[in-house]
Amino acid sequence: MRQNEGSGDLRVPGSRLGASDPSPSGEGGSRRRRETGGALPAAVAQAPSVGLRPPPPPAGEDHAALSGMNGAPDGPALRHVHRPLPHDSGIRHVAGAALYIDDIREPDGTLHVALGLSPAARGRLAGLDLAAVRAAPGVVAVLTAADVPGRNDISPANADEPVFAEGEVLFHGQPVFAVVATTRDAARRAARLAAFDIAEEAPSLTVEDALARGETVLPDYAFGRGDVEAALAGATHRLEGVLRIGGQEHFYLEGQAALAVPGEGGDMLVHSSTQHPSEVQHIVARALAIPDAFVTCEVRRMGGGFGGKETQATQWAVIAALAARATGRPCKLRLDRDDDMAVTGKRHDMRADWRVGFDDDGRIAAYDVMFNARCGCSADLSQGVVDRTMFHADNAYFLPAARIATRRLKTNTVSNTAFRGFGGPQGMLAAERAMDEIAARLGRDPLDVRKANFYAPGRDETPYGQSVEDTDVLAALVEQLEADCDYRARREAIAAFNARSPVLKKGLALTPVKFGISFTLTHLNQAGALVHVYQDGSIHLNHGGTEMGQGLFIKVAQVVAEEFGVGIERVRITATTTAKVPNTSPTAASSGSDLNGMAARIAAGTIRQRLVDFLCETFDVAEGEIEFRDDRVFFGNESLAFAELVKKAYQARVQLSATGFYRTPKIHWDRAAGRGQPFFYFAYGAACAEVTIDTMTGEYRLDRVDILHDVGRSLNPAIDIGQIEGGFVQGMGWLTTEELVFDAKGRLATHAPSTYKIPVASDVPADFRVTLFPSANRQATIYRSKAVGEPPLMLANSVFCAISDAVRAARGDGLAPLDAPATPEAVLRAIVGAL
Amino acid sequence: MRRAIRFLRRNETVEARNFEPRTTLLDWLRLTERSTGTKEGCGEGDCGACTVVLRRLVDGRLVSNPVNACILLLGQVDGAEVLTVEDLAADGRLHPVQQAMVERHGSQCGFCTPGIVMSLLALYETGETPDRQGVTDALAGNLCRCTGYRPIVEAAFDALGRIEADPFAQRRLEVAEALAALRDEADVLVGDERSFFAAPASMEALARLYLDHPDATLVAGATDVGLWVTKALTDLPKIIWLGRVAGLDAVMEEEATLTLGATATLVRAREALGALDPDLDELMRRFGSQQVRASGTVGGNIANGSPIGDLAPALIALGATLHLRRGDASRRLPLEGFFLDYRKQDRQPGEFVTGVTVRKPAGRQVRAFKVTKRFDEDISAVMGAFCFDMADDGTVREARIAYGGMAGIPKRARAAEAVLTGAAIDDRAAAERAVAALDTDFAPLTDHRASAAYRRRVAGNLLMKALMEIATGDDAATRLIAHREVRHAAE
Repeated sequence: MRQNEGSGDLRVPGSRLGASDPSPSGEGGSRRRRETGGALPAAVAQAPSVGLRPPPPPAGEDHAALSGMNGAPDGPALRHVHRPLPHDSGIRHVAGAALYIDDIREPDGTLHVALGLSPAARGRLAGLDLAAVRAAPGVVAVLTAADVPGRNDISPANADEPVFAEGEVLFHGQPVFAVVATTRDAARRAARLAAFDIAEEAPSLTVEDALARGETVLPDYAFGRGDVEAALAGATHRLEGVLRIGGQEHFYLEGQAALAVPGEGGDMLVHSSTQHPSEVQHIVARALAIPDAFVTCEVRRMGGGFGGKETQATQWAVIAALAARATGRPCKLRLDRDDDMAVTGKRHDMRADWRVGFDDDGRIAAYDVMFNARCGCSADLSQGVVDRTMFHADNAYFLPAARIATRRLKTNTVSNTAFRGFGGPQGMLAAERAMDEIAARLGRDPLDVRKANFYAPGRDETPYGQSVEDTDVLAALVEQLEADCDYRARREAIAAFNARSPVLKKGLALTPVKFGISFTLTHLNQAGALVHVYQDGSIHLNHGGTEMGQGLFIKVAQVVAEEFGVGIERVRITATTTAKVPNTSPTAASSGSDLNGMAARIAAGTIRQRLVDFLCETFDVAEGEIEFRDDRVFFGNESLAFAELVKKAYQARVQLSATGFYRTPKIHWDRAAGRGQPFFYFAYGAACAEVTIDTMTGEYRLDRVDILHDVGRSLNPAIDIGQIEGGFVQGMGWLTTEELVFDAKGRLATHAPSTYKIPVASDVPADFRVTLFPSANRQATIYRSKAVGEPPLMLANSVFCAISDAVRAARGDGLAPLDAPATPEAVLRAIVGAL
Repeated sequence: MRRAIRFLRRNETVEARNFEPRTTLLDWLRLTERSTGTKEGCGEGDCGACTVVLRRLVDGRLVSNPVNACILLLGQVDGAEVLTVEDLAADGRLHPVQQAMVERHGSQCGFCTPGIVMSLLALYETGETPDRQGVTDALAGNLCRCTGYRPIVEAAFDALGRIEADPFAQRRLEVAEALAALRDEADVLVGDERSFFAAPASMEALARLYLDHPDATLVAGATDVGLWVTKALTDLPKIIWLGRVAGLDAVMEEEATLTLGATATLVRAREALGALDPDLDELMRRFGSQQVRASGTVGGNIANGSPIGDLAPALIALGATLHLRRGDASRRLPLEGFFLDYRKQDRQPGEFVTGVTVRKPAGRQVRAFKVTKRFDEDISAVMGAFCFDMADDGTVREARIAYGGMAGIPKRARAAEAVLTGAAIDDRAAAERAVAALDTDFAPLTDHRASAAYRRRVAGNLLMKALMEIATGDDAATRLIAHREVRHAAE
């Protein structure tokens, strides 16, 4: 396939999307797209904000202080940054030429691995007869805990999760052994032949089970401020409630996969579909009892991650490596989808028990909330996840007195893990529920209650002591969305509709998002990059971030192309590997472009500065006269092709390779005290959703969505719009049709897409309006952009609140309890009380 | 007797004479041909990442169908051209659907993209310009977890407007000729007596073969049998594929009845049933996905005996007769009599379904409702089908009511039917008695799709809704989607 190679053969017409395309919206405006439902004009006009020119950052911000940055970063000369370039792999995606782990041409003699899974959720592993497994056709080796030369543990921190079960089983589907065979089919068939002897115990499956048994994976933790009891007692009104919030399966389209290739002297190369190559490297080494330096982990791209490959990819990489070590041959493990869904962690489901005190305007005096988080069988990332629930229990609302408490409950289910939003969505949904309850109690519009509680000057400190410095951003954003979406008029129209419609009822909700950006584990806020410039002027770009579809690679490439003033096609994006950039953080917490974009800019800036110095010396020009653009360097009245400059620099023995390193400034967090500034900044957004429900069946349709979202000054508006829309739809799935059901034995009953329903194309409304809010990041982030990966997911809280609003209209007697996900059954139950 | 299957691949005829009967097309593509553009996302025909397009000659026309390669057996591509995502770009130029997908930013992680491209290719090849629902229907069997679908839908509209750039247009005649040349009337058998993939070409050959091998697995579309292979790891040494049996897919329309051959696909069934009533069209629109309907068959859906297969309750409500054959003997029975118990049917060893004859509504009032967690590509929690023969005075002369999801089998609500027979259609008290009677008709179960209590209440509400709509002649106030008038007007 010729078009598989290189970027030269197949091109999308540059005139549509290329850098020279002038902004359709002009300066200072945002462009709204409307989907008309009919055939759309062929011109790609949707790039909404190519030319967004927000006001310059406030004076006094030292944006140019970082190494390698010129003084006017957002001047008119930018050719790549802020432009809607297509995904770097777009053409390869549509041609079937993008390689995922299972597509890598297998080395000769590659063996295949399948897992033997526990048939019980809890109990003592008394015996395991593998004779039939070993005797099955094609089987080369069978591995159990006894075959792990190093530590039988895949946990990131707590040493509480084995590669293979040992002594006891912790959940239904826990890996107990692995079969290595000549084909995947042979391995899978053999894996089913084991005879388990398990002394079964009654499993703990629910929040209530875990509370009754008092089993936790981590200590309880709380923070807050003020005398909450006194403030509640003194409040004009008080309400309390319980909200159950469901978990969520990631359903990345590419399932978990790893290919381990043994090398000489104990080396191991692991191709893993992971968001965290450094952790895979480290834990593979730990399990094999070899130094980290013997192990290389590489990933070109994932077919989706969403947090589900932050820690969850490790086990399969470890097992593939163990098999490769045991057999001396390359070994591949690709999970079947049903196994993948059973054996990998999900979003934490929680039960939020809340109380709130408030005044006649709905303004909160005190909020007391306990999040009972079902963490599953081990700690995994639950500390960070549930902490982030706490950091977002306020969402956008000032809580004068607050107690935010959590329990991290242990159950005999797969260990819950990172999922886009990382606990934040659960915290925010409870807050939105409280807002709706307050509004219902007072008979006020929920939007007015929300606005009355927004952070504002003088009411700007979060319960964990970080002040919200830019309270004006969300206020302005919500004002604009409220006007743009005709909120008030539609509220009236909906009331009129509901008055005359006995079966179908409509609901409306406008909800805000404030999401803290930074890893709350402060040390993770660092990144490295490696840039080489070759003698032909082509540029090799590598950094610690991984590409999972979110467009990180093209964004970072845009930054590097900008730095050198060269065409984007000169920048060759390369696979993430622990051999080039070490000790990387996971690509998570929405931080990918903030961290790696900056690191790559620093690396490129270092080389650029060397080239500048070389020019100054060689051509006797002043630094200020030198400009890199259009694949050339201009100085005085002369210019050189970039490749020519590079060749001359090489001959003059100028180093054309550099690393870049970045760490986020300003942040600190004292967990013991529950105080600090864990976040560099906040990302904001708001969404308004309108739904119609069928009160006879509980079914519903999302009729219209309006979104206004703050990505700062977008590095790539097309990519960012994709993140916003995709995040919203994923969040909508979480809160509506995606329901995880475990049976009484602890088996996941919804272990395949036939039973676990993520949104399809028709679930997305034709009337879906997404606009970027014109606002530069006030912190000195990469080109004043903001992180975009996670925050939009929580825009979908509007859908849940709109459904709840429609249920209220159906009942006519106030707000009814409604848990998430609001499946048709949950909606009907809310309408009629008990079914 | 032909001892190999034959299909067209990249302008060449492939003859496969040595393969395990259960081999899937996806495994053949990825492991044998080593074309890895087509992805495995779920292995059960639900996510669509493995979508490829099969082109066949149907009545002299070249017809393109999207299918899920993960659950399609290799033998089933006999006589077809297999198109995969790698085949679309020609001379360094992307196909219009690929081009539009890139321009609209329709891919993020890219893993679902090959399947989406192929689904859009199949839509593109129809030459039609559907409305938004037509596009989302074409995509209902393709899950994307990244984009939120908006750019993909826009890409579809863009591509459909670029027919002039179709690189396949020139090749169409060649392909048709090549496929015509592959045609023969031979029975196909790959393997031996103990393990084979057989594709008899006539009803007689099928009857004989199945009598000789009553332990063989009959495969029509494989949309369920495929999962026995990929998930249950069932061995299936003997497979008899029905796809070559001449005449078994016939659809015959007579004045009062419609007969659907056992291997008539669900696409074909949608056309035929949809013409009878808009609710039947809507039911079939929501049946599986385009990929599933293109492969799945009427006979397969019935013979498989799923308690939640949507076809059976609808056909039972209309009144349907099932045709079976064993050796030279044929028999018929009312469709509801075929379903004995959970996954147990009135079918003898060596006996197979040849077709089903349904009574046309002919003035009777038909309503069908499918209740699911997600509207498209979801299996029913409850499916209710209603057919009322009305007297001129507004009373119910005959009521036929059947449900899926309410019992171990698709089942008639005879107690409720009895209550309504003779009652006025707008008799609220009778309606409530009929709803109450459903409790004697059904004792539904709780599972991951719905609780028993929800099923019971929704079953009653669907009956109530059907009666309300028929009484008022209006559904604008009772339906979120698929209003009958709108659908009629659109036709």
